[in-house]
Amino acid sequence: MEIVRSEKKSTSSNEVNADLVTALPLYRAAPELEVRLEDFELYAIDRLQVLRGISDGLSRGRKPEEMEKLVKKLWKAHMRHAHAPEALNKDIISHFVLRLVYCRTEDLRRWFLSMETTLFRYRFRVETDDVQRELMTEFNLPYKSLSNAEYQTLKDKLSQVARSTGQSLPTADSIFFKVPFEEVPELVATRRVYIHKGNAYVAMSQVVSLIVTHFRSYLSKALVLTNRKWTSTIREQEKDRLTPIIEALSTSYLGPDYSQPSDTTEISLKDIDQLAKTSFPLCMRHLFEKLREDHHLRHGGRMQLGLFLKGVGLNLDDALAFWKAEFTRKVGAERFDREYAYAIRHNYGKEGKRTDYTPYSCQKIISSTPGVGDHHGCPYRHFSEENLRAALGRLGINNRALEEVMVKVQNRHYQLACTLTFEAVHGTSCDAGINHPNQYFSDSKKTMDSKKTMESKVKVTNLCFMGTHEFHTLQGHLNTHFTLVVSKSYFFAECFLTVLIELRRPAKRFC
Amino acid sequence: MGTDDMLIDNSRNQEQLDLNYLKLYYGKLFPHADMFKWLAYGHDGKHPGCDQSYVGRREFSFTLDSDIYIRFQSFYSSSDMEKAIKEKCPVKIDIGPVYSVDPAKRLAYGQGGDNAFTPVERELIFDIDISDYDDVRYCCSGADVCSDCWPLMTVAIKVIDFTLRDDFGFDHILWVYSGRRGVHCWVCDGKARRLNNEQRSAISDYIRVYKGSENSQKKVSLVGQALHPFLSRSYTEVLRSFFEDKLLCTQNLFLNEERYEKILEMIPDECFNIVAVTSELRGKWMDNKRSKDDINTTRWGHLKHSLQSSKQKAQGLRRCVEEIVFAFTYPRLDMEVSKHMNHLLKAPFCIHPKTGRVCVPIDPNRCEEFDPAAVPTLSQLLGELNAAGLTTEGEDEFDRTSLGEAIRYFRSSFLFPLLKSCKEEIEAAYNTEIQQSKNSMSW
Repeated sequence: MEIVRSEKKSTSSNEVNADLVTALPLYRAAPELEVRLEDFELYAIDRLQVLRGISDGLSRGRKPEEMEKLVKKLWKAHMRHAHAPEALNKDIISHFVLRLVYCRTEDLRRWFLSMETTLFRYRFRVETDDVQRELMTEFNLPYKSLSNAEYQTLKDKLSQVARSTGQSLPTADSIFFKVPFEEVPELVATRRVYIHKGNAYVAMSQVVSLIVTHFRSYLSKALVLTNRKWTSTIREQEKDRLTPIIEALSTSYLGPDYSQPSDTTEISLKDIDQLAKTSFPLCMRHLFEKLREDHHLRHGGRMQLGLFLKGVGLNLDDALAFWKAEFTRKVGAERFDREYAYAIRHNYGKEGKRTDYTPYSCQKIISSTPGVGDHHGCPYRHFSEENLRAALGRLGINNRALEEVMVKVQNRHYQLACTLTFEAVHGTSCDAGINHPNQYFSDSKKTMDSKKTMESKVKVTNLCFMGTHEFHTLQGHLNTHFTLVVSKSYFFAECFLTVLIELRRPAKRFC
Repeated sequence: MGTDDMLIDNSRNQEQLDLNYLKLYYGKLFPHADMFKWLAYGHDGKHPGCDQSYVGRREFSFTLDSDIYIRFQSFYSSSDMEKAIKEKCPVKIDIGPVYSVDPAKRLAYGQGGDNAFTPVERELIFDIDISDYDDVRYCCSGADVCSDCWPLMTVAIKVIDFTLRDDFGFDHILWVYSGRRGVHCWVCDGKARRLNNEQRSAISDYIRVYKGSENSQKKVSLVGQALHPFLSRSYTEVLRSFFEDKLLCTQNLFLNEERYEKILEMIPDECFNIVAVTSELRGKWMDNKRSKDDINTTRWGHLKHSLQSSKQKAQGLRRCVEEIVFAFTYPRLDMEVSKHMNHLLKAPFCIHPKTGRVCVPIDPNRCEEFDPAAVPTLSQLLGELNAAGLTTEGEDEFDRTSLGEAIRYFRSSFLFPLLKSCKEEIEAAYNTEIQQSKNSMSW
C-alpha cells in the first residue's frame, strides 16, 4: 500500500483489486493502491468507530443476534461509501492502517484481534451459503464434506447434538465437515458439535466458527510480523508523516490499564476499611468483606482483589501486611510466609516471571468462572438473584434503583448494572460507564473528594475549540476519559474528530 | 464454606515427613530415569529428528523443606536431574511447561517483551479435589476422604478418561493420586501438549457441567430436548448407576428433612407446579415409617416418579432428574489448572508432605479398586526396604517394596507406549521435512 501526499489527487484509487469478488475481504495482502493522506486517517477513524462499538457491545454481554444487528448498523453508519468499489477499498485500507496502529504492543494486538475477528464473524454470518463456501475455498481449507455413507453411520449422534442445542435436525442433504476439534474451540466449549476420536463434525450453519478460527490465527501472526516491520523500518521512515498519526490513533482509544497507580493516589492500610465501604465496586467489596470474615480467600479471589488493591495504590509492603493480618488468623504466620507471600510478591512483579501484572478489567472478571468456595467474579453476573439483592441492599441503595439494577442484570448488562449502582451509591451520574473496577474506584474517589466531575466534562467539551498544542497538553487528561466519551455520546466523538482534524494540519505541512 | 486447604488436617493418616527418610527415598526408590524419559518424549534419542534442547527447556520447580520455593530449574540429562533432586531433597517437585528457551537462562533472553521466553508445550492437565465436593458429601469435609466419598473421584476418572480417549482421541493419559485429597490427570499425546490456551479452555468447558460459586444457586442446568451424546453417555454408563446404587445410600442423601430439602431446592420452579410436587413429597416423607427398604432409595423413587409422571413431563424441557444426579456425581474440575499452559503440577511419585503417601499412578481401567488408604507411605516403603535386605544384581530396589507395582504399571501402561509413539512421531516429522527440503531443492 502506498500512501500519497494529500495534494495529489489520486486517480488510481478507483481501481479495485479485481481478484476480490466478494464484499468480504480476507485482508491477505496490503493492496497496491494509492491512498490520500486524509483518507489514510479518516478511514482509520471510521473503522475505529466500528471496532469501538463492537467492543462496547461485547462488554455489555450482547447476544449473538443483537451483535449481528449492531455490527450491521455500525458498518452502515461508518463504512459506507458512495461508490461500491471505493467502499471495498475503504474497508481494506482502514484495516491495514489499523493493523499498523494496533501492532505495537501485546495489549493493542489483543484488542484489535478480538474486535476485528468479531467484526469478521458477523459480516461472514450474513453472507449466503455460496459466498461462505467461496470464502472457505479462498482460505484453502482442506475439508471435504461428509459423504452420505459417513453421514448415515453418524446420523443418530448428529441429530442428538442438534436436539440438545435446539438446532434444526440434519437431513440427508445437510452438509457436514469433519475437522480436527482444535479448529473449532468455541463449538467444542459449548458442546454444539459431535466429537469423536479427535474430529468435530461441523454443520454448514456452524462453519463460521471454523473460518473465524483461521481468520484469527492468520491475523494474529500477521500482526506480529507487522510489528516487526514497524519497529525495524516504518517507524523511522515515516517519523514525520505517518508515525505521529499512528501513535495518536492508538493511545486515544484504549482506556488506561491501571497497572501503575497514579502517584498521587497511594492509599494506606488504615484507610482501607473506610475506602472499601465508600469506593470499592461490589465485586471488590464482597471479596474484601469475605476476607475480613473468613480470613481467607481462594486463589481467584486473591488475584482479583490483590491486583485491584495494587492498582488502587496499596504498595507491596502494605499489601503483605494486609494479607498477612487476615491469613494469619486462619493458617498461622508461618504458613502464610511459606505459601501465600510468594504469590503477592509475584503479583507485584517481584518473583517468577517478574511481570508487573495488571488489575483485572470488568470484561475479564465477567468472563471468569468461579467454582465452589470461590467469591471472585462479577456479582451482577455470578450471584443468584437473592444474593445480589441482599448485597445491593447492604450498600443502602433505594428500592427503585435496586429494581433498575436488576433489570439490567436480567438483560445481561452487567457493567450497566454496576454503573447504575455507582450512580445510586454516589448520587451523581456516571456518564462514563464502568469498564474497570479501578476506574470505579478512582471515579468514586473523585466524586468523594470534590465535585470535580462536572468540571472535567466542561474541559472535554472545550476541546472542540482547541488547537493541536492544547490538545497535546490535555491528551493525558483526555486519555482517562476517552473510552467513556466515545462509548457514551456522539457529541463527544465528534469533539474528538474535530481535534483530529486539528492534528492533521501539521501533517499536511510536512508534505 | 471453607472447603479448601485451610482446614486443619485430620490427624489420622498423618505422618511427619522425615527428611532423612525422604533422602533415602530419592536415593533408592524414586524413579528418576523413568521420569526423565517421560519428559524427554523421545528427544533424548539418537535420531537426527530429535530436538536435543527439548527436555532442557522444561521447567521444574522445587519446594524445599526450609520453605524455599525454587522455580525455573532445568535439566539436560537424567543424571543432572537425579543429582539435583538428591542434593536439594525437595519436599515437593512441580513440573511446568516446556518454554521457548531454557527457563534457567530466561533472564539472559531479556524482558524485551518480544515473547522470547514463553511456554510452547505443556501436557493437558486436570486437577480434581474431593474438597470441592463438600456440599454433596456428609461423611467428610475439606481434605479428609474416606471410602464413602472416594468413589466420587473414581467416577470423575471414568467420565473424564472416557471423553479424553473417545471424543478427543487422546491415548497417552496418566492418572495420578495427588497424595491426599484428589487426583491429577496428565494427557501427554503430542497434539495435547501443543494445544494453545484457547483450545485447552474449550476442552475444559466441554467437560464442565457443574457451575456455581458460593454466591449462586444454579449448580447444574441441563436444557434442550436431548443431552449431548457425551453427557448422555456419562449419565447412562456411569453417573446414574453410581448415584442410585451407591451414593444415595452411602451418603444418606434423603436421611432427614435438612438433606431432602436441599434436593427439593434443586428442582427449578419454572417448569413444574413445584409447590404441588414438593408438598406432596414432603407429606409422604413426614411420617418416618420404618420400612425394610432403604429410606434413601424409597424417597428417591418417589421423587423420580413425581418428576417423571406424564402430566408433569409435558410442562418443561428441563431435565430435573438428570440435573440432580449430575449435581451430586459429575466431576468438578479446577478449571484454571487446565486452561493455561503455564500452570505447575506436582510430579508423580512425590511424597505428599502431610500424609507421607506416594503420588502413585492410578489405572483408569481398574480405578474402582484403588484405595487411597492402601497407598504406600514413605515409612512403610523404607521398612520394606530394610526387611528385604540387600538387592541382588540387576534388580531394582523398588521391586522389593510395594512401590514396585506402581512403577511397573507406570512403565508398561504409560511410558513404553508413549515413547513408542513419540519415536514414530519424530521419525515421521523428520521424513516429511526431508521430503520437503528435497522438493524445494529440485524446484
